[in-house]
Amino acid sequence: MSKVKKKVKVIKIDLDKCNGCRACEVICSAFHAKPKYSSNNPARSRIRLVRDPIRDVYLPVYAGEYAKAECAGRDKYVIDGKEYSECDFCRASCPSRDAFKEPDSGLPLKCDMCEDDPAQEKPLCVQWCLNDALTYEEEEVEVEEEAKPEDVEIGLESMVDKYGLQKVMDTVARMAKKD
Amino acid sequence: MRYAETGYNLEIDLSRGNIERVQTDPKLTELHLGGLGTNAKVLWDRVPPETEPFSSDNLLIFSTGLLGGTPAPGANRTVVTTYSPQTLLMGYSMMGGFWAPELKYAGYDKIIFRGKSPNLVYVWINNDKVEIRDASHLRGKGAVETAELIRKELKEPNAQVAAIGLAGENRVYTASIEQGRSSASRLGIGAVMGDKGIKAIVVRGTKDINLARPAEYLELCNEVLNYIKLRNSNPVPNVMTILQGLGSPQEMLHTDEKWHTENFMWGNARVRKKDYWNKEVEEKWKATQETVRTRLISCYNCPMKCGAIISVPGLSTYMMKCFSKLTYTMAAFADLDFGFRIAQRATEYGVDGFSTPQIMAFAFELKEAGILTDADFAGCPTDSEGKFFWLLDRIVRREGIGDVLANGTYWAAKQIGKGAEEYAHNNIKKHEQLPLKLGMLNPVYFLMYATGEKINITQIEGQFPQAPFMTMEERQEFIKDWTQVPDEKFKQIVLDWEPRGERSNPYYPTVDMSVDIVDWQEKMHYIDDALGVCAGLSSFPLKPPYHIHNYPKFISSATGMDMDEAGLTQVYKRNRTLIRAINVRRGLRRADEKPPEDHWKKRFPELEEKLLDAYYKFKGWNREGIPTKETLHELGMDYISEDFEQRGII
Repeated sequence: MSKVKKKVKVIKIDLDKCNGCRACEVICSAFHAKPKYSSNNPARSRIRLVRDPIRDVYLPVYAGEYAKAECAGRDKYVIDGKEYSECDFCRASCPSRDAFKEPDSGLPLKCDMCEDDPAQEKPLCVQWCLNDALTYEEEEVEVEEEAKPEDVEIGLESMVDKYGLQKVMDTVARMAKKD
Repeated sequence: MRYAETGYNLEIDLSRGNIERVQTDPKLTELHLGGLGTNAKVLWDRVPPETEPFSSDNLLIFSTGLLGGTPAPGANRTVVTTYSPQTLLMGYSMMGGFWAPELKYAGYDKIIFRGKSPNLVYVWINNDKVEIRDASHLRGKGAVETAELIRKELKEPNAQVAAIGLAGENRVYTASIEQGRSSASRLGIGAVMGDKGIKAIVVRGTKDINLARPAEYLELCNEVLNYIKLRNSNPVPNVMTILQGLGSPQEMLHTDEKWHTENFMWGNARVRKKDYWNKEVEEKWKATQETVRTRLISCYNCPMKCGAIISVPGLSTYMMKCFSKLTYTMAAFADLDFGFRIAQRATEYGVDGFSTPQIMAFAFELKEAGILTDADFAGCPTDSEGKFFWLLDRIVRREGIGDVLANGTYWAAKQIGKGAEEYAHNNIKKHEQLPLKLGMLNPVYFLMYATGEKINITQIEGQFPQAPFMTMEERQEFIKDWTQVPDEKFKQIVLDWEPRGERSNPYYPTVDMSVDIVDWQEKMHYIDDALGVCAGLSSFPLKPPYHIHNYPKFISSATGMDMDEAGLTQVYKRNRTLIRAINVRRGLRRADEKPPEDHWKKRFPELEEKLLDAYYKFKGWNREGIPTKETLHELGMDYISEDFEQRGII
């Protein structure tokens, strides 16, 4: 595979600056609503704040790749005396939890850095974080070229995992006939 | 489709265990918006004025505001409404936090409780699934502790919990409802919740809130955020530190307490310590605060950081905001360290940090005066800190003298007699006020104190400066970017207002100007409370991001309703008048509209009468403060005048 130069969008997360307000969840879910901003619902957000004020846990996490199986074990981290589950840091939409899934359909969600139409100068979660817990940077890195699966493909893959390929194909065929 | 609101209330009858999801009338949204406005309408329609606060016929209403949970920054308030056991009037107390948006995401605008549960219960609302669950294992547990236990029990770390502590269970009149960093503390609503047998209300919601004209709405939200940024980097000059910024007074951030400790009263709102603040105290208090304060935190969807996580070594962690770090400290003539320690216990008990310390200081004054006796305090430690912890326990458990004091200074003094009434000196409408005693009567503040229906000055004041600026340069500086004024005339008042001489307090601002100023400030609070937007970004601070000019656009783009400044003013008048009508029906009259005798040293009885006359006239109320038939007709509330006529009120 050939190497290519690529601009990587980086959201820098400073846990110490987070005031726990969840504005990031609000604006993310609003931006990705269809039509844009027509609704908001943190349960649809592609960023989640793991928040436990009494233990002073404030951890914004972004939705990453879809994973069809949950991890074999569950590790725990203790950082500065605070205990975190490794799931707290995990970006995957996976069967073990309801985070990063559409609440109605269960379809996986993934952060797209607000590259949706129209592409935003900075991801909106960063723009709405007035406390600078989230800041935006760009880095140039060399990566191996890869085919990027599209949203539809990721969605279909999760449906296939859930219902089996045959059922999904039958359903798509039936829907195609209806039109 | 309903926009911004869900269009559904949850009706829960605790006596029968009945739960219903009821569609609401969109017409009421047009007339009253939501939140406090529609709560008042429900209370007027459904709870007769003869109803005792601790009657199963009394309603306890938890409401979101019309904009609550939408992307509008700071639209997170919960408005709780019932008849208050403390004042016997309509009680509405509010809290920020995360609860109201969660309720809306679950699909409801309000929860309306009626009846009483025979056993202690908690209510678990998970979208469409609503259960009344046994809470006997939570009896006596702290409010913060209860929230933690329920989240664990349900395995729902993201559920939002509003809970009472032991004080609410025991119907202590200063019982609060605690919810994360926020609490609805005033007017005894926690006691009504306890009376109904509700330990906690737990909510989890994962549904959408819809907007009518989304692009327009988001642009308004972005303007507000940009203005907050601008204001945060440009504090208002020439006013004291806590008035310079947005949010509630930044008491968790600031450690300089010279102003409060030297200008507010210590003990039972009596003793002023003019030279208290020195280098030694400053360093000690700063160290205390920085040791216990883990993080500055906010409410839902708000960039401000008005609250803090407080971890006192050896005690369980709790959250605090605003002025409560000083209320216990100053009532007990103690140190800040004591304030943080006792507030931990008080938060778990769930009591109002405003009234409770005054009740305790009042009791110790009565003991010193020989009105209460040693027998009343048998077992009480002698050190100033120990005795406050001891008395707090007695009050919350309603043991011995604590049972009397648990009803607040007004009722306690009545029951104790022997001249105790003289010591309950800091009340308005039977409720304890800020421990503030001043020199010269300020006409604007006189009106706000006297006529406020919330009976809490912080829920009326804001927007207009508390005192005149010293020089003309300062005044010009202040008005140059004062875009929030509803009318240019307010700028002229600021320019002309002098610290001394002819155009100074109490005769300037003039009677008519004072009425105008108060009306503007009230208007903004009533709109906030109907929309569920925090006063800290709107009606409370100077030069806020929300104001009368952008609110109509927020409302119309969120809901699709037509709304302009005139229309919004009409809604405000309707809500203001409705709440007055509810209280009139419960007996409120002109004679009740009195700030404490000693609030100002220099009083002007004649002027004060004129101020009240002019205020009532402006509102369209009669000399007794009762809305007139014409006013009610103009606001489309003939049903109120009919009721008044039937009862012989007008």
